[in-house]
Order: sequence, then structure tokens, then C-alpha cells
Amino acid sequence: MALRVLVGCKRVIDYAVRIRVKPDKTGVVTDGIKHSMNPFDEIAVEEAVRMKEKKIASEVIAVSCGPMQSQETLRTALAMGVDRGIHVDVSGKDYELLQPIHVSKILAKIAQEEKCDIILLGKQAIDDDSNQTAQMTASLLNWPQATYASKIEKTNGELQVLREIDGGLETVRVKIPAVISADLRLNEPRYATLPNIMKAKKKPIKKVTPGDLGVETDPRIEILSVEDPPERQAGIKVEDVDTLIAKLKEVGRI
Amino acid sequence: MLAESVKSFAKEQLAPKIEHLDEIEGFNDAAFRKLGDLGLLGITVAEEDGGAGMGAVAATIAMEEMAAVDASTTLSYLAHSILCVNQIGRNGSKEQKQKYLPKLISGEHIGGMGMSEPGAGSDALGMLTRAEKQANGAYKINGSKTWITNGPNGDIFYCYAKTGPTKKDLSTFIIEKDMVGFSKGKKFKKMGMRASPTGELWFTDVMVPEANRVGEENSSVKSMMRNLDIERITIAGLSLGIARNCIEVATQYSKERKQFGKHIGAFQQVQERLTEAAAWYEACRAITYQAAKTWDLGLMQGKEASMMAAKAKLQAAQMATQVGLDAIQILGGYGYTREFPVERQMRDAKLIEIGAGTNEVLRLVIARQMLGEIADELK
Repeated sequence: MALRVLVGCKRVIDYAVRIRVKPDKTGVVTDGIKHSMNPFDEIAVEEAVRMKEKKIASEVIAVSCGPMQSQETLRTALAMGVDRGIHVDVSGKDYELLQPIHVSKILAKIAQEEKCDIILLGKQAIDDDSNQTAQMTASLLNWPQATYASKIEKTNGELQVLREIDGGLETVRVKIPAVISADLRLNEPRYATLPNIMKAKKKPIKKVTPGDLGVETDPRIEILSVEDPPERQAGIKVEDVDTLIAKLKEVGRI
Repeated sequence: MLAESVKSFAKEQLAPKIEHLDEIEGFNDAAFRKLGDLGLLGITVAEEDGGAGMGAVAATIAMEEMAAVDASTTLSYLAHSILCVNQIGRNGSKEQKQKYLPKLISGEHIGGMGMSEPGAGSDALGMLTRAEKQANGAYKINGSKTWITNGPNGDIFYCYAKTGPTKKDLSTFIIEKDMVGFSKGKKFKKMGMRASPTGELWFTDVMVPEANRVGEENSSVKSMMRNLDIERITIAGLSLGIARNCIEVATQYSKERKQFGKHIGAFQQVQERLTEAAAWYEACRAITYQAAKTWDLGLMQGKEASMMAAKAKLQAAQMATQVGLDAIQILGGYGYTREFPVERQMRDAKLIEIGAGTNEVLRLVIARQMLGEIADELK
């Protein structure tokens, strides 16, 4: 049985960009800032495309929730080998305050509509670091979940997943359908090749609204203030080891 | 997306090696072959012939991004993709394309082009290499080619030779490195572009089958000139890449380096260099991509198109050398050392004022077109 795989692609501020807080402290500066696909999502896309290449998957569909520019992120996924994209158009205040619960509901609904067998997501996004979407999506669908995957294998209609957990590795088996979240060491994403970039231009991207999916995206939180992290204070030099230990004890570090 | 893809490739595959390869005059063979996996080596070849089916704009973008990191590999890429592969794709017969393109596009074979000769540089049509037709239809080629990018490491060469009595009786032959009588001369030691091998090609009674002649006999002047146009446009992209990185490095340095208690960027003499460089770079970028777009859309033909390409390269090449010098000056003592890339990049940039038409030849091309009415007096 070849599987249908749904992958999530969040558009985030590029990892190499220095983040600046807006002067009014309502968020961070995003205008004119380079954005790219969340690196963990790139790993998820790569894994889904490899599943297709190994004929484990029959179709890979990428989803991105956000403004018009999210389609650029989807194009990157298409250039990596994803078959088609779904852009869930969320903009304005709804987008600024979009939470994992909203995205989970959207993904769950699309997975049902598209009859997907596997939802493959990045373990977290590098902007809000929520690490909730995969877990909540699994709950909403009542599907098993295997998070922080560093290896995924298909065995007799089930998936065997090697998970990175505190202090070691855990192997779990999950029945399909399932939700999996990708960790850093799952794979190394490929470069989009020129012929595939060309092909990606012709691949379809369907645009839908959360309303079409029956999902509310009304803000559930209010941002009171966004602050820069405190500036690091300069250290001090001490005379000898004894003073060092005394000082460390003083500040409660040892 | 193309730019992003090439940029990350260059960062991961080219950047770690270039400093060392520049030092030892090596070649990043592994990365070059990987350009085939990326689909970049047949960038301008039609999709049905196994290429990417893109044009001068795409090739220029790829070269700008690559050259920002490693101009040497970019130059080898130009010789391969634009001078050899593009020409076979554009002028070759169906059989020639089937025979040579797959391995060139995958990166299994490396290609080059043979035009310049010891006595025929700027005066390219003054070449002496001759191909004599034999009774069996084959050609016997004698002569030599020089300053051939990818000469020492190439497998397939797109070579021009005289097949008639006049300057314009020029034909093209596809030469394989193992053909009897074909040999490679010395590998040159160079000021810049040191990680792109340059050498000589020697022809001593090389018998080339008629099937390896590209197009009709004595018909190659036009296609050679047309190829010079796309070569000049894309190589202008190479200059842009070099200049862009020099500007980035110098700008960053100006925000970090402090002298007399201030960042050096606060001094107006530094600002003048930085701002002039940035403005000249943007101007060259505009004209280069304009020329590339014009080429892709076929908006200009013949001499008009040649003039546009010549203008782009003339400006971009001079700009990159000057920007390289300015970046070195801003970095001062550090700029003159190999601790920073601008010293290498300035040496690389200088080549573009010479290769693919010297500044002087380009001015000649432009002058001939501008002053066409008094053409007789220009000769």
C-alpha cells in the first residue's frame, strides 16, 4: 500500500537573520527581512520526498499557513520534489497571533480531506519554538504520534521510528495513519536542482481559507510586550581558584 | 530560488576549499561534478536535449552567486556550460547532441572551447589552426590553441579552425581528448583564477571525422560571435559576484574595525569608497541583467546585441577590479593579506578585463557600431 504523506512547511524568518524587536514592542521586525522554510520542516519535506523515491509514498502534499508569501515556501518544497501544495491563506492579526492549535486543526482537517496516511512535520519552528503542532494534530485526529524522529522505517504496514529522547534513543512502532515530527538528524535536506526548480513552477498550489476548512483562526492570545533578551553582563577576573569557588558558591552555581 | 540553491551549494561545497585551491593552483573537481547533479551544467540546453531549458538570465544569476564565493570554479563553469555545452546544444546536429551532451551535462565529462591562439588573441579571426579536408571526408587539423580554460582537465573541446583561404572561412570541430595527434601543452601559472586550470591544446595531424564538424564548412564566424555575446553577458555576472562579496566584506569590516576611537565606516574617505562601489555595482547589475534579458527574449540581433553585451562586460569587469582594489584599501593591512578573501577576489577580477574580449576589443566593438558611417576609417 503506497501512502499519502502530508508535510507542513512554515515560513519563518531565515535562521541567519539577526532578529530585531519592533520599537513599539508588539513583535519583531519582519518587513523586508529574508524568510525561508523552517529548517525542521525542510527535514520533514526531505524525508517525505525520500519516501516517495523509495515508493513508500504515492503522493506528497505540502501545506503552509500564512500570507501570500507562504507560496514561495511551498515552491521551495515543490522544487525539492513535493507533488503539490496547499496554501491556507491567513493574514493580518489572525496571522500574527496564529497558534499551534489553529495550525493543528487545519492540518487535521486537510489530512482527512486528502485522505492522508502520514503527517510529517518539523519538531518545532525556529521562530516561536512551540513544539506543539505535531502532538496536537495527533490528538485531534486520535492518531498515534512519533515525535523527534531520527530514523523512519516502514515495516509491515507500520512505521518503526527511532526517537531522540533525553539521554538516548527510543524505538517505537506506530500504526498507520500516524503523525511524525522530524528531528535534526533525520536526514540532510537536498539542494533544489535546476530542472526541479523549473518543474516546481508548473506544479499546482491550491489556495484555501481556514473558513473553507471550517477552522476558526480568531486570536486566542494577546501580545502584551516583546522584549529583547537582557544584555549579557561582563564577567570578572578572580585571583585564584579558591576565590573562584567562593564566588561560584556565592551566586549559587555550585 | 535558483539563486538560493546556488548560494547554499557555493557556501557548503566551494567556500571551504577555495583558499587552499587558490594557493596550490588546484581544481575543485568534486564540486564541479556535483554541479551536474544540481542540473546547472546544461543550463541553457533545451529540455528535450537533457538540459534545464533556461537562458542567459538564469546562467548569469548562477554565475553571480557562485563567483561571490569562488570565481575560479565559476570560470571553469562558464567555459564548460556556455562555451562548450551551450554551443553544442545550439549548433550541434541531433547525433552530436546525443553523443556528447549527456556526459557533459551530468558532469562526467568536462568541456572547454578552443578559439584563442598564441598569435590570435584580440584578433581572433587571425587564427592559424587549419583543418584540411581529406579524401574520405575527414579533416586533418594542425595548429595550437592557448589560454584554454579547462584545457588541462577537459575531455571535450569545441574548437574553431580555418577551412578556407579567407579570414572568415571558419569551421567548428568537436575534439575529444583521446584523438590521435591531439595533446595538451603546459598548464599556465596565473595571477588569479588559480583554481581554474588554464592550458594549451596542440594539434599535430589530428584526424577528425566529418561527423564531428559542427554546422556547414566555413560557416562558423556568426555562431562564434553570437557565443561571444552570451559569454560576455554571463561573465559580467561573474564580475558582479566578485564585486558584491568585496562590498559586503568591506562594509562589514567598516562596522567592526575601530581606529582613532571610531568605527572606520564613520570616516568619509571610507564612505566614499563604499558608496561609489555600491552604486557602480548596482549600475553594472542593471546593464548586465538587461543584456541577459534582451538576449533571452531575442530583442536585439547581430551587432546591436553584441554592443549591448560588450557594454555590460566592459563596465562590470572594470568595476569589479576597482571594487576589489577599494575593498583591499579599506581593509588596509588585513586586505593585503590572505586572511580575507578580497585579495584573491581582486586578482580573480582582473582576468575579466582580459578574457572574453579585452576592454580594448570591447571598446572597438562598441565604437564600430556607434560610428558605423565612418567604418572605413576605423579599420
